[in-house]
Amino acid sequence: MSISGATDPVETATKPDGIVQARGISKTYDGGIQALEGIDLGFPKGELTTLLGPSGCGKTTLLKIIAGLLEPSAGTIIVNGRAVTGPGPERAFVFQDFALMPWASVLRNVAFGLELRGMSRHERHAIARSYIAKVGLAGFEERYPHELSGGMRQRVGLARALAVDAEVLLMDEPFSAVDEQTRRKFQEDLLHLIQSENKTFIFVTHSIEEAVYVSDQVVLLTPRPGAVSRVIRTGLDHGGSPEELRRNKRYLDMVEEIWQMLREYLV
Amino acid sequence: MRVFGRDIPIMFALVFWALAWEIVGRAELVFLVPPFTHVLAALAEMVQTGKFRHATLLTFESFALGMGLALSLGIPLGVLMGRVEAAEKLLGTWVNVFVSAPLTALVPVIMILFGLGQTTIVVTVMLFAVWIIVLDTQAGIKHVNPSLLEMARSFGASRLDLYARILLLAALPEILAGVRLGIIRAVKGVVIGQLLVSIIGYGELFELYSRNFLMEQFWALTILLFAFAMLAAELVGWAERKVEFYAGARG
Ligand SMILES: Nc1ncnc2c1ncn2[C@@H]1O[C@H](COP(=O)(O)OP(=O)(O)OP(=O)(O)O)[C@@H](O)[C@H]1O
Ligand SMILES: [Mg+2]
Repeated sequence: MSISGATDPVETATKPDGIVQARGISKTYDGGIQALEGIDLGFPKGELTTLLGPSGCGKTTLLKIIAGLLEPSAGTIIVNGRAVTGPGPERAFVFQDFALMPWASVLRNVAFGLELRGMSRHERHAIARSYIAKVGLAGFEERYPHELSGGMRQRVGLARALAVDAEVLLMDEPFSAVDEQTRRKFQEDLLHLIQSENKTFIFVTHSIEEAVYVSDQVVLLTPRPGAVSRVIRTGLDHGGSPEELRRNKRYLDMVEEIWQMLREYLV
Repeated sequence: MRVFGRDIPIMFALVFWALAWEIVGRAELVFLVPPFTHVLAALAEMVQTGKFRHATLLTFESFALGMGLALSLGIPLGVLMGRVEAAEKLLGTWVNVFVSAPLTALVPVIMILFGLGQTTIVVTVMLFAVWIIVLDTQAGIKHVNPSLLEMARSFGASRLDLYARILLLAALPEILAGVRLGIIRAVKGVVIGQLLVSIIGYGELFELYSRNFLMEQFWALTILLFAFAMLAAELVGWAERKVEFYAGARG
């Protein structure tokens, strides 16, 4: 099935180029569970790529391997032409469960990445404040995580990742713990962010609508062991108004088509 | 406390029992119990003697040294057992045995090993306090949210950073709970140690008072020790409550 009515549907044969490349990534956990099988993928600079697939197919595993938090059993991750051996300053992670330090204020949490780099207090607080404002939390600098709603906590996690000014942002279902309205707002904010920050985003979600809405490229993974099933370029203009995009025929068709593809994997 | 549907403040309970004590003492019902006011008078007199001050100093010193040892051994051991499974397997059973064992039975052995001096008291204090600190520290470390560690690693934390900036802070509420319980046990340890060695510190005083049937002084000293144990535990409890606001907020 092809994307009906689309002007130029590009379904690339996953040629690995881009700022982040996965080359032959496989992962078998200690217990013998194989999570990933021969992943070859390219993540183009300045774009948002979504990993989409059935639960347990290895999306989080792949993201953590790219982050350098997990070692692959086979294969290499290349970032900016260099092989990844561990976490690095050019990559930042946004955690599904926020991973905020409960004993630290919002300001300190956001500045934590800079603190670990040994930046002076004055300097890192100034940077942290500007990103706190950017994610819409100005005035909450001295609050503690338990005083914030889920949506606000995730904004803190996002500000922390932005503050270190990494080129690549890795986000594992960042909006799954927030309510639907907040989620929509987040998606719109995320699109603004992509336009203004010129960063490369790698994003995991369970929502097909969300994937198509925010992405330049959607990667469909097969059930475990996760392998690349398709790479779909959305070709949507994310610059326009959100209402326009959500009613766009191409957007709606693409959501439907991806749904049909994923359906095969259910049952 | 509630009597006849009314709230009775805690101070009132203390006054009530002090009064009861006074009456029993005045009535000379029990030889061992002199009137409470006499005990207070003895207390006032006792704290001014050089002998008492010397004993107090010695007791505090033993307590502080033993507690210091318990902390500097117990916390690292607890962290190790919380992080390394092999260490937990190797030591876990022993720690659990010692935490609930009647350690008083071991004091004579310590006396043989370390002699009838302050060293024995210090070791006894350490032995009483250390196990619960190990156990609580281990529990705290094991319950640290793994994604906090991943977060720190993803931002380039070194091994030292992980311990100093995440693990110890995240486990602080449990560690403090262990320290509070450790202090209560250490007070027991210092008293029991001194009583059994009985020639130094308060042990010497207790021995002196009870052998000469100086019941007023005996009770005065007892009250003082009880008050000290409560005060010390209360102090750590206060510190604990200060960090509780985030302990409760951990998900
Ligand atoms: N530490 C681990 N040890 C052993 N097996 C693991 C471990 N982590 C994940 N797995 C297994 O590997 C597979 C992939 O897990 P992963 O978390 O990457 O999936 P996912 O696609 O992110 O799933 P979800 O959509 O539910 O978040 C799962 O079957 C999971 O049970
Ligand atoms: Mg996942």
